[in-house]
Amino acid sequence: MDLSSQLLQLLFSGLTLGSIYSLIALALVTTFNITGVLNLAQGEFVALGALLAASLYTAGLPLAAAFLVSVALIAALGALVERAAIYPARESSALTLIIITVGLSISLRGLALLLWGTDPVSLPAFSSGGPLLVGGASVNLQTLWILGMAAVTMAVLNIFFELTYTGKAVRACVINRTAALLVGINPGAMSLMAFAGSGAIGAAAGIFITPVTLATYDMGFMLGVKGFVAAAIGGMHNIRGAVLGGFILGILEVYSAGLVSSGLKDAVALVVLLAMLMLRPEGLLAASGRKV
Amino acid sequence: MNKKIALWGILILAFALLPLFIKSNYLLGVLIVIGLYTIIVIGLGILMGYAGQVSFGHAAFFGMGSYTVAVLTTACHWPTIPALIASLILPGLVAAIIGGPTLKLRELYLALATLAFGILVHILFNELKGITGGPSGMTGIPYLSIGGLVFDRDIKFYYLVWVTVLLVSLAVHNLIHSRMGRAMRAIRESEHASETSGIDTAGLKLQAFVFSAVLAGLAGGLYAFYVTFVSPSPFGFHTSVQFVLMAVVGGLGTFWGPLLGAGLVVALGEVLRWAIPLVIPGAGGEYQIIFFGIILMLIMVIKPEGLGAITDLFKKPRVEEVQ
Amino acid sequence: MLLEINALTKHFGGVAAVKDVSFNVREGEIFALIGPNGAGKTTVFNLITGVLAPDTGTMVFMGRPLAGMKPHRIAAMGLTRTFQNLQLFGRMSVLENVMAGAHLKGKTGFLKSLARWPGSVAENKMIERDALKLLKEVGLEDQAGLYAAALPFGQQRLLEIARSMASNPRLVLLDEPAAGLNSAETKILAGYLKHLREQGKSMVLVEHDMETVMEVADRIMVLNFGESIGEGTPEVIQADPKVIKAYLGEDDQVA
Repeated sequence: MDLSSQLLQLLFSGLTLGSIYSLIALALVTTFNITGVLNLAQGEFVALGALLAASLYTAGLPLAAAFLVSVALIAALGALVERAAIYPARESSALTLIIITVGLSISLRGLALLLWGTDPVSLPAFSSGGPLLVGGASVNLQTLWILGMAAVTMAVLNIFFELTYTGKAVRACVINRTAALLVGINPGAMSLMAFAGSGAIGAAAGIFITPVTLATYDMGFMLGVKGFVAAAIGGMHNIRGAVLGGFILGILEVYSAGLVSSGLKDAVALVVLLAMLMLRPEGLLAASGRKV
Repeated sequence: MNKKIALWGILILAFALLPLFIKSNYLLGVLIVIGLYTIIVIGLGILMGYAGQVSFGHAAFFGMGSYTVAVLTTACHWPTIPALIASLILPGLVAAIIGGPTLKLRELYLALATLAFGILVHILFNELKGITGGPSGMTGIPYLSIGGLVFDRDIKFYYLVWVTVLLVSLAVHNLIHSRMGRAMRAIRESEHASETSGIDTAGLKLQAFVFSAVLAGLAGGLYAFYVTFVSPSPFGFHTSVQFVLMAVVGGLGTFWGPLLGAGLVVALGEVLRWAIPLVIPGAGGEYQIIFFGIILMLIMVIKPEGLGAITDLFKKPRVEEVQ
Repeated sequence: MLLEINALTKHFGGVAAVKDVSFNVREGEIFALIGPNGAGKTTVFNLITGVLAPDTGTMVFMGRPLAGMKPHRIAAMGLTRTFQNLQLFGRMSVLENVMAGAHLKGKTGFLKSLARWPGSVAENKMIERDALKLLKEVGLEDQAGLYAAALPFGQQRLLEIARSMASNPRLVLLDEPAAGLNSAETKILAGYLKHLREQGKSMVLVEHDMETVMEVADRIMVLNFGESIGEGTPEVIQADPKVIKAYLGEDDQVA
């Protein structure tokens, strides 16, 4: 394989990884701007969705059904935790809320540990067949599924935000919560929707990567942290920036993999997060001035 | 006032006499750990209760203190006292670097930054094998020696740790009742009004954060001299969450909160370590943290003022609040 | 000139909240800013005290430009303020509120506070003594030990003014100090403001209560939709047809 096809190969891996980070970041930024909550439990939705789908599939459900049921149940779980843990404390300080999500994260991870144990679970690839050759690089079919799912999710969300009344209401919340209140948008319903949506998006992302990476009870934590890295690159207030930040991080991780040992792989993302928060908290894309 | 002094006297006496009745080294060890954690939680409590910020990376400062002592005393052959002093300074410097830019911002970016920092440092403890010895850690740390007094037995260490807790408590008591303590309480009430009163809110939050990191480093340095062995495992993210839990359980902004919180959480941890394997055979330490997560969440949702608020019941209320 | 505001402009998302506003405040005077709600008066205060940054324009206090300074640096230069929606330290005592307001009078830093440095105790006593004196001036010395949040509203207003005076500033910006006060309390407030002026304090007053404004102000500027539409002594303003049309005329009973 020559250099250019190797680089292309890495680009595909980076985009795949990046699309997962993008989806997690998307959920985080939307939730943060609607509710003011930095949801450190977002990654757990990813893990629980993957584990649940694997169990449903093993129990005999077709793959598509396992996917749909798992996404629906994790969305319901998102709504449930919002009502149980976030909504009652909605008047509390940002400090209280962020600690709640940490407690939530650990509790959900504990739930996963109790139900699924420490062994990794798996799902089959969504379509059979060997890898495709694209410009000299071999591309796993599951990679295409992941990229396709991310593209479809983002397109659907884009239509939702740009064209529907509710979507515009959410964007109004993101721009100005007080103003949204004044024009009669119900922030309680928005918050519930944000968490349910976060659950659904997280679960979908988790299910799609499981055939490639396997799923474990503790996979969510670092994925959630990387979602925050992507969001920080975008600037925490910028939905499109978060999506772009996810792809930047994914590609950065893949290309830096040769430079650092595997144990230090996660350190790259953490260094990026620290650097962004300390040097450019408004995000790399702040100059564009566009908020949503 | 006299009642307050009496309470201090009784507590000091109780802690001084306690080892006479404790025959088990295990219990003595638990009490030493509670003391070390109390030191950390006192600092974290100031950061959370007064500066209104949270750190999810204090286990990293704790670990930096321990590794500073380990590296300086074994690889560099420093005497123990300078190594202990260095274990305060290094975490303080690092905290200043992290907190400087992030504490100027209104949002809770310090929480994210310390989260990232905490995980990063834990990874580095494991991966920088040339310095830290990797996952297997470092051995051969000498006993702490202060002017010929060598802390080579648990009982000596018990007194060292609890005298340190007493000194740190006195210092914090002074702080809270000083000009700076008043300014910190003012920040908690209204940042705008504090600024217009001439209080440098970002600067004071940074000082509180650095102070909390210094205390975590101190506890870490003492811990290294106590166990004479360090490895990455006690300094992970879960330990940071435990510190936050201790601060919250005891009650933020209360004087006795840190001691109460550290004591209750450590005790609960010991009970769980014994009880969980009875219910779930073969369960490891990772199950403990589930309970801590649930308790943390419940307290923050139901009673964010923490259990330390119970002590308020014994205070005579100054006046009914009308608003 | 104590404070020189020149061509100050601030937009919020395309809307001009403050447009080309200029005025000067002299040593020892009470300068009032009046105008309908949303005229940009509080925005002017937020710009002067560094809470917001202006789009254009200059602000010079005692010969030094204020641009880009943090609010606490501006306070240290001798410029403090009160807030329209009261920002008291609610869970601190009345005395502690004023003592916190006197933060700038002390020098004890973090480390010395930890060590209970000998000088710090004396310094605290000095701050407490001065604070009690201020409380006496506003008639709150008997409430010194209460939580600030426990005071009746009128006394909270007085307490906030006392706190803004605690650091011995040259200029104080008062944002609607009479809002929510009954007529007896308003009388006490007006008397106190005049007393402060006699002591040499300068004040900028934003106020809707015209009786108080006309009674205490030396000069008045009228803002409407972010723009100045008139400036002068109370007599001049009351006679200005433009002002009457835009503001005073809408409401016959000037109170």
